[in-house]
Amino acid sequence: MREQRSLWQDALHRLVRNRAAMAGVAVIVLAAILAIFAPLVAPYDPTDVFTNGGRQAPTLADPFFGDQRYSDPRYLLGTDQIGRDILSRLIWGARVSMLVGFVPVALIFLVGAGVGMLAGYHGGWVDQLLMRVTDVIYAFPDLLFLLIIMATLRSTPLGDLMGGLILIFAGIAIVNWVGMARLVRGQVLSLKEKEFIEAARATGVPARRIMVRHLFPNALAPVIVSIAFGIPSAMLGEATLSFIGIGIRPPTATWGVMINEGYQVFSSSPWPVLLPAICIGIVMLSFTFLGDGLRDALDPRMKL
Amino acid sequence: MLTYVARRLLLLIPTLFFVALITFGLAHAAPGSPFDKNPDRPLPQATIERLERLYGVDRPVPEQFALYLGNLLRFDLGSSLVKDRSVADIIGSQFPVSAQLGLQALFLALAVALPLGVISALRQNTAVDYGSMALATVGTTIPSFVIAIFAIYVFAVNLKLIPIVGWGTPKHMILPTLILSLGAMAFLTRITRASMLEAIRQDYVRTARGKGLSEQMVIVGHALKNAMIPVATIIGPATAGLITGSFIIETLFSVPGLGREFVVSIVRRDYPVIMGVYLLYAFLIAVANLTVDILYGVLDPRIRVR
Repeated sequence: MREQRSLWQDALHRLVRNRAAMAGVAVIVLAAILAIFAPLVAPYDPTDVFTNGGRQAPTLADPFFGDQRYSDPRYLLGTDQIGRDILSRLIWGARVSMLVGFVPVALIFLVGAGVGMLAGYHGGWVDQLLMRVTDVIYAFPDLLFLLIIMATLRSTPLGDLMGGLILIFAGIAIVNWVGMARLVRGQVLSLKEKEFIEAARATGVPARRIMVRHLFPNALAPVIVSIAFGIPSAMLGEATLSFIGIGIRPPTATWGVMINEGYQVFSSSPWPVLLPAICIGIVMLSFTFLGDGLRDALDPRMKL
Repeated sequence: MLTYVARRLLLLIPTLFFVALITFGLAHAAPGSPFDKNPDRPLPQATIERLERLYGVDRPVPEQFALYLGNLLRFDLGSSLVKDRSVADIIGSQFPVSAQLGLQALFLALAVALPLGVISALRQNTAVDYGSMALATVGTTIPSFVIAIFAIYVFAVNLKLIPIVGWGTPKHMILPTLILSLGAMAFLTRITRASMLEAIRQDYVRTARGKGLSEQMVIVGHALKNAMIPVATIIGPATAGLITGSFIIETLFSVPGLGREFVVSIVRRDYPVIMGVYLLYAFLIAVANLTVDILYGVLDPRIRVR
């Protein structure tokens, strides 16, 4: 007889067989390890100036460019416009990206799923309020809303915490929690009419237990997919803000800050810009592969 | 239908009111006066007070907001704190550039996405399909500013085929237009393919084949016509997205459009410009969404609006 597998085991099985998704997972895990152990892995301090304002091409690019550029084997990926080690800055930048990817999305999940569940299950004024708030927040172009929040609150004490990181967490969470709340609300609305919920209610299971034990696990699949796509979009938000110059404050190393600072000298030395851009691209692609894989694995009928 | 449109138009008012209220509140939550931002050369206190009185920023915040709303009704968006120009004037001179860039990008996206999406659907699971879907994944995933950076590096810095920055001649416009359109292009390709795939599996397509129509007639006259409904409704938000979403591209390529103006004002904390541009963007997006809902009802009689 075939071994019994739960719905989740089935999904995991499908996910593991998806090569693109697994490649994405590998990259994400690698980036996460680098981010967590940044102080141990990075060869230098990301803010130390080494080559005294001299920019150096990456040593690893030597085979392609020969001796036309001066490079120094101590700095594998070269140094930036003011002489900081690019490799170290990229590794520390991964740390910021991972934080910005996971912290706001965790906030969005907690607040959004909680409010969405309450609104969907109880309806009433919570639901009314949620829908009105959503209408207003949806009217804001989202990235532009984040821009406004950052621009106006950056000079407040909140904007100074951890070089602006806390404000970015808050901004991304404020802009995006309603999407999650709406998603969960929709799920709960369709689930709560199902027989198994009615059965639970009929046997006297308290509302809180119905929500946590019965509704939540069944509403989880699209939530997981939405989280998988929310993480890279939060990371991209930080990179965009920092690139414009209203995100994380220099000299903190983030990929967006690196692009912002390096763009001044882009035409004479492209590396300080190209390398973080490559990192952003690879991480975005990895999360998309994982997100697509999760969606296919969790619900093969879901479209697009 | 008419009452539906009227109601949706009326609903625009509270939405825009809240957008104005929140941006106004945020702008006034920022500490300090807009005029004391240069710590090296502080203005004399008397000058600051005179400037604040001139721009009305010395009054209580609710009064300022009421004043702003009153002026807004007369399409007076105030004047820039940095430049000696009115916000309406800035929008009037900069918006056409963004609109042109956005519309060019939209037409380019449609010209590529529609044929590509249809061909992918008709040749599902062939090399053409996989290729265009791979392109679509890359286009929707890789941020446009990353692509822009590489394009500038290859075409402007290395090959020196086109100028890096500026605006005006077709040579200036190629890269910004192309890169801005990539996201929409990829997205539209996916939508076209998905909706075409669904259309060719419908009963009416089988009926059309069954009654002996030519394959071309079946595809163009029956499948394609229906497959275009979701695509048509995406075009509204796509246009709004292209016009409002071009601030990064405009900044990278130094295109003198409204997006770059927005970014510059944000960095300079020029609140009247920020608010004016933002309200315009919110209005454009609201109108785009409204157009979609109306278009849906017009194009697809199966959908009834209440």
